[in-house]
Amino acid sequence: MRAQGVVKRYGGVTALHGVDFVVEPGQVHVLIGENGAGKSTLMKILAGIETPTEGEVLVDEQPVRLAGVRDAAARGIGMVHQELNLCPNLTVAENIFLLGTGRERLGRLDRARERDMARAVLARLRQDIDPDRRVDSLSIGEQQIVEIAKALAEECRVLILDEPTSALSEAEVEVLFEVIADLKRQGVGLVYISHRLEELLRVGDRITVMRDGRVVATAAAADASVAWIIGQMLGEEGQLERAESLPIDGLAVLSLEGIRSPRDRVSAALHGIDLDVRAGCILGIYGLLGAGRTELLEVAIGARKAAEGRVTFQGADISRLSVADRIDRGLLFVSEDRKQQGIFANLDVGRNISLSDLASCARHGVVSDPAEARAVDGMIARLGVKAASRLSAITALSGGNQQKALIGRALLPGPKVLLLDEPTRGIDVGARAEIFSTIRELAASGLAVVFTSSDVLEVLAIADRVVVLSKGHLTLDQPVRQCSEEILIAAANQAAPALVAPQPAI
Amino acid sequence: MSANVKDQVVNGNGAMAIMLRFRTLLALALVLAIFSVLAPNFLTVANAMIMLKHIAIVAILAIGMTFVILTGGIDLSVGSIAGLSGMVAGALILDGLPLTALGYVIYPSIPLVVVLVVALGAALGLINGVLVSRLKVAPFIATLGTLYMARGAALLLSNGATFPNLSGNPALGNQGFGWLGAGVVLGVPVPVWLLAVLAVGAAAVAGATTFGRRVYAVGGSERAALLSGVRVDRIKCAVYAISGATAALVGLLVASDLVAAHPASGEAFELNGIAAVVLGGASLAGGRGTIGGTLVGACVIGVLGDGMVMVGISEFWQMVIKGAVIVAAVVLDRLQERLG
Repeated sequence: MRAQGVVKRYGGVTALHGVDFVVEPGQVHVLIGENGAGKSTLMKILAGIETPTEGEVLVDEQPVRLAGVRDAAARGIGMVHQELNLCPNLTVAENIFLLGTGRERLGRLDRARERDMARAVLARLRQDIDPDRRVDSLSIGEQQIVEIAKALAEECRVLILDEPTSALSEAEVEVLFEVIADLKRQGVGLVYISHRLEELLRVGDRITVMRDGRVVATAAAADASVAWIIGQMLGEEGQLERAESLPIDGLAVLSLEGIRSPRDRVSAALHGIDLDVRAGCILGIYGLLGAGRTELLEVAIGARKAAEGRVTFQGADISRLSVADRIDRGLLFVSEDRKQQGIFANLDVGRNISLSDLASCARHGVVSDPAEARAVDGMIARLGVKAASRLSAITALSGGNQQKALIGRALLPGPKVLLLDEPTRGIDVGARAEIFSTIRELAASGLAVVFTSSDVLEVLAIADRVVVLSKGHLTLDQPVRQCSEEILIAAANQAAPALVAPQPAI
Repeated sequence: MSANVKDQVVNGNGAMAIMLRFRTLLALALVLAIFSVLAPNFLTVANAMIMLKHIAIVAILAIGMTFVILTGGIDLSVGSIAGLSGMVAGALILDGLPLTALGYVIYPSIPLVVVLVVALGAALGLINGVLVSRLKVAPFIATLGTLYMARGAALLLSNGATFPNLSGNPALGNQGFGWLGAGVVLGVPVPVWLLAVLAVGAAAVAGATTFGRRVYAVGGSERAALLSGVRVDRIKCAVYAISGATAALVGLLVASDLVAAHPASGEAFELNGIAAVVLGGASLAGGRGTIGGTLVGACVIGVLGDGMVMVGISEFWQMVIKGAVIVAAVVLDRLQERLG
């Protein structure tokens, strides 16, 4: 499959300026670029979701006009989107054959056949998932596999994976890579989009970097390196470096003591977590998916009730306070789930930012427009949020800029402790570096910053102190100087309760 | 990134987009034009005043409903609360407030009756709010429950009978109830004045206060609002209380206009209220809508209803047409959404 000289214009905006892109059977072609580089547009054209303004798409060297997803699927082109598109209330088999097996008579479902065919597809992926299980009982990783199975059930020859690992734990990523290797052997051509650089080099045969709607470089994976990719993506800008930081030995502003909470259908359990967060210090919480990182931060901010344990803030027990009361005291939180728990799609950028500190922009409950504009514009400038103005729709911003706006919202009331849950999830490398430098500045000004991450290198590069969670247990708590990639990964996979005694913090 | 690009997709062709944007105003103009041709007495000051009075009933209710819908909720109980409020007012005027413990009966003056009844409406709304926020009952179910309870209470008050002749007793000093619904000041009916004051106040609250902003935030994303420090439970309690209060006011206006309170009064008012809000461009999912839009929506509902009566369209056809207008409004709304 091939795209040749593809141009895509939306109204007056050109998203793609004549792009060539080849997918060869049995190869993984990795596509990388910052948000807004044109990756998704290109993939949508290949998958038949969008039609090119100019240029053509060729399948088996024959020009084709893909009239929608069904048409593309009929030609053997499947796409797995970043967000899972499964019906959680249906079984695995029902999801795979949501549109039927094509052999129904008069619309009568043949459940036995569906089940057998589902099992066959899953066997091809070497996965032992029961076709009769409901999708909502599966882990995110298993659901991802079901998505792939759904695409494969259509006899697909080209499979497009858009950030397939963004929600997966490392173990699940390994499974996915095995599946990809198998598909390659079966002659399927794959397109793989991701932001995780190490991953790309491992899985890809060929790497193409896009920037501003153009292909800027393409190389065999064997010839590429992380530094090369970052250089191509950013053009001139530099990359992430560990700053020489001398963390202040601040006081414990936030303490969690003996936090326990039970596991439920969607959230992980916490088994007695003790944690001190110190002023001027960046605390990185590392752990795999389901380790309890989000749950721990939610307990701290009060959005989740702990069964046991105490949360102390500046010496006062705040365990019984509401989220709003904790925010008033200077404890702020930014969720990892930007879309559902972060942005207000119905409000503009400015109103998204000012909400957390609206009272300061108001007199007797009436919002003062100039005061609000001043506060918001100051924050937009401070964090370098790229928006046309504070009146722009928040949904028009890239993920990275939305994230900056949300951090701005959390900074507006003047917090003492900032809790950031996966602040770099789904954002591009450039915005990631900017967010990191913001975090450093904040800590340098005496703020305590807590962030979670599923990227070891990120934790090692940014944190002053590292805490590792594994299945709801705290398995490591030490200064970053004493940490290495291996130590963190080992601690994250440790099943038993803490073997490493919590050490006095830096 | 696709959002970036999509955002800049030009809004179809300009004229079409503008027509879609002001569709409710266009619909109102259209309805007005049609009926002025079909009904000879339609475009007279006298008829305009009658229609405005009817519009006021729908609009006042819909103003409270707008706040609820902006948070993503719904209030089905307003018609019943209106009915109960009229009945309580009737009981207060005819039978007074029996203070059994002290052994005598107080007959409150009319202003006090109004205050008590509106407070009662707000309290009933607050029950809805507590059910929805604290006890996490789905708004549809919670307010359906209070719909039945309030209606039952209204019937219980008089055993199903009407409280007739609420003009009051000079000896008790509680005369003048009829002024509220039937009075005219400077040629304009009192309910219309009331609507004007409420509409201006509500628009200011929704558009310029911290409370209003938080209402929009809760409707946009409840979870994000909570995590941004919005006291979501309080906001919800407040919007249902507002809705209860405006419903009580409507109940008072209806009873006052008739100088009688009927326990079945206010039936299906909630539907007119919701229809006005939706016609006004609000999203039932919350976070989108304005008081101004709701007013225009209420005008369409009011004018359409009165116009069809004047032209002599049968009551059954009236329902069909009204339903079609509501559906068309929502379809256009979706269309506008898609065009961005």
